[in-house]
Amino acid sequence: MRVVVLGIGNTLLSDEGFGVHAVEALEKRYDMADEVEIIDGGTTGMELFGDIQEADHLVVVDAVRAGQPEGGIVRLTGDEVPAFFKTKLSPHQIGLSDVLAALRFAGSEPQSVVLIGVKPVSLDLSMELTPKVAACIDPVLAMVVEELTALGVAPTVRA
Amino acid sequence: MATRITIDPITRIEGHLRIDVEVENGKVSKSWSSGQMWRGVEQILLGRDPRDAWAITQRICGVCTTVHAITSVRSIESALDLEVPLNAQYIRNMIMTAHALHDHIVHFYHLSALDWVDVVSALKADPAKTAQLAESLSDWDGNSRHTFEDVKKRLATFVGSGQLGPFANGYWGHPAMKLTPEVNLLAVSHYLQALEIQRYCSKIVATLGSKSPHIQNMAVGGVSNPIATDSQSVLTIERLLLIKDLIDKLGSFIRNCYLVDVSAIGAFYSDWTAYGAGITDYLSMPDVPMDTKNTQFMMPGGYIKGGDLSTYKPIAGSHDPYWREGVAESVKHSWYNYSNGAGALHPWKGETNAHYTDFQDEGKYSWVKSPTFYGKPAQVGPLANVLCGVAAGHQPTIKYLNTVVDTVSSLAGTKIPLTALHSTIGRHAARAVRSGVIYEGLQANWQALMENIAKGDTKTFNRPTFPKGEVMGVGAHEAPRGVLSHWSVIKDGKISNYQAVVPTTWNAAPRNEDDHIGPYEAALLGNPVADPERPLEVLRTVHSFDPCLACAVHLTDTENKTVVQVKAL
Repeated sequence: MRVVVLGIGNTLLSDEGFGVHAVEALEKRYDMADEVEIIDGGTTGMELFGDIQEADHLVVVDAVRAGQPEGGIVRLTGDEVPAFFKTKLSPHQIGLSDVLAALRFAGSEPQSVVLIGVKPVSLDLSMELTPKVAACIDPVLAMVVEELTALGVAPTVRA
Repeated sequence: MATRITIDPITRIEGHLRIDVEVENGKVSKSWSSGQMWRGVEQILLGRDPRDAWAITQRICGVCTTVHAITSVRSIESALDLEVPLNAQYIRNMIMTAHALHDHIVHFYHLSALDWVDVVSALKADPAKTAQLAESLSDWDGNSRHTFEDVKKRLATFVGSGQLGPFANGYWGHPAMKLTPEVNLLAVSHYLQALEIQRYCSKIVATLGSKSPHIQNMAVGGVSNPIATDSQSVLTIERLLLIKDLIDKLGSFIRNCYLVDVSAIGAFYSDWTAYGAGITDYLSMPDVPMDTKNTQFMMPGGYIKGGDLSTYKPIAGSHDPYWREGVAESVKHSWYNYSNGAGALHPWKGETNAHYTDFQDEGKYSWVKSPTFYGKPAQVGPLANVLCGVAAGHQPTIKYLNTVVDTVSSLAGTKIPLTALHSTIGRHAARAVRSGVIYEGLQANWQALMENIAKGDTKTFNRPTFPKGEVMGVGAHEAPRGVLSHWSVIKDGKISNYQAVVPTTWNAAPRNEDDHIGPYEAALLGNPVADPERPLEVLRTVHSFDPCLACAVHLTDTENKTVVQVKAL
């Protein structure tokens, strides 16, 4: 089994980079099980095809607007994910939704896809998260750890 | 009475491009190209260590990560007059060419072919006839009747699911779609095969770049890959042999599939050689350096005036004053102001002060600046690159171009002249030709790297030292979409100015200081539009440039102001 935790976002546009900052923190704080790979996807699209194709389960962390308050966290799963992406609420979703759809057409999409997202406060030019969104890193990491644990590939906290 | 059509967004990938056209008597009579996002990476770089710029600039765009990384280190090396060890050049060249192949294959099969290929029509194809046709065109091993039957079934399930994904909102059944069901099925099959093939490019980049999709191995002064023949953690011979296998597979796909498919689609749409020329002043930069000083290149570049190859003037490299002194950017029609109302500014003096007005047909209407070469707009991209290659007598370019022209001519039953390249379909042909050329470049650099390591040279890095005072540099790269340049000014070891003049800035440029229209705008004039509600023809021409707006434009504060009349997916 192979599980991919994918952080996406643009780290030059403050909270837009949440997904990338989150997986960087994940990598720093935890040792992953052998089956788990953490990928900083940035805003790329097709480059991720191979990595996602080889994944049985995909956990995506991203900045998303899904009607929640600023700094609010959502968890979407299964069919909600591609459907959600189609409504284009995240600036770089076109890439990921295309990849997922192409994988479906090619007959090799992951068995499960979970998206954990935080609503951005600011998309201004900056390499830092706003305090409200930065405060979401801990609870989001706890959610990612919960997903991995449910898949039987729990990470361990680094000493 | 003219009909105004606004298409926003126009790209299937990154970014936010808006195109407005006025259509009179079924043809485009006026056009505007507008970038709807602001990019300010330049401000983020001010005051930073120049050695960090490449890692930041590769975040500008999710499609062009490595190209910004490489161009950035070249810019700083140019300011320092720093040589780059041979191994580093070869490794960079391999990353660059593998990335370019990825980009070209994905652009053709996954982003733009859908403008020409009617996916739904493929459901009516006879797989046996498709196989017959395919075998008459090439001996690609993915062309069996069994394959086509399988793809047709898969497509029926996919279309039946109602979740068309990347095929949603396609203009199926549009009168401008002309391929037979069999050719459509062939193209859809190769769409799927290309999904696998593009992975090989990503693997090469990931192996050499230490990480994917954002490479980690770039450094001002070389690359950070230690080379060893006996260690697992570094670039080993074993890993290099795996790369060779991927290169060979890519070569086979490009020769037997990509070049053939482009030729076949070109033959069916030969009427599109009459549309989309636009600006025929072409600019391209030499690239794939094979020495430490960036003076000898595998691929030539230069400037061509008015589509006349006899006017070709070569550019010797980014150090060439002819190139350095020729570039300027105007903001007369862009949402910026220069201090003191200055006209076009050289990038070293460039400024990024936002001044949003709203969309003004005769005034400011884009976040894209308008770059010029000696005061004139220029078209950049694979077509410019191929034409410069032909003018320079570059044999690989001529060889692959002849292959395409011969195939198209025999399929169309008429001799296609070189001038047909100045067109919408010509840009696709040129991209395939360039893919052949850069595949050879990739292979040659693999060979060169192996031979150089065999000689005992394992050097990959020259340490940069930053002088007191001010130095200026420019790094140029013939990127997948054309000339990319990063202009840096370094003061006491810190970045004091930084301007990225990207390919899509050249091509998607709005009107300039002299109110001359940009390449997209010019290419759209005269384009037929059969159905203003479904302006497929406009998309064909704009997509043929492979637009990538994330880096061409300088944030999204205008989202609520755009008039979305037609959406293109």
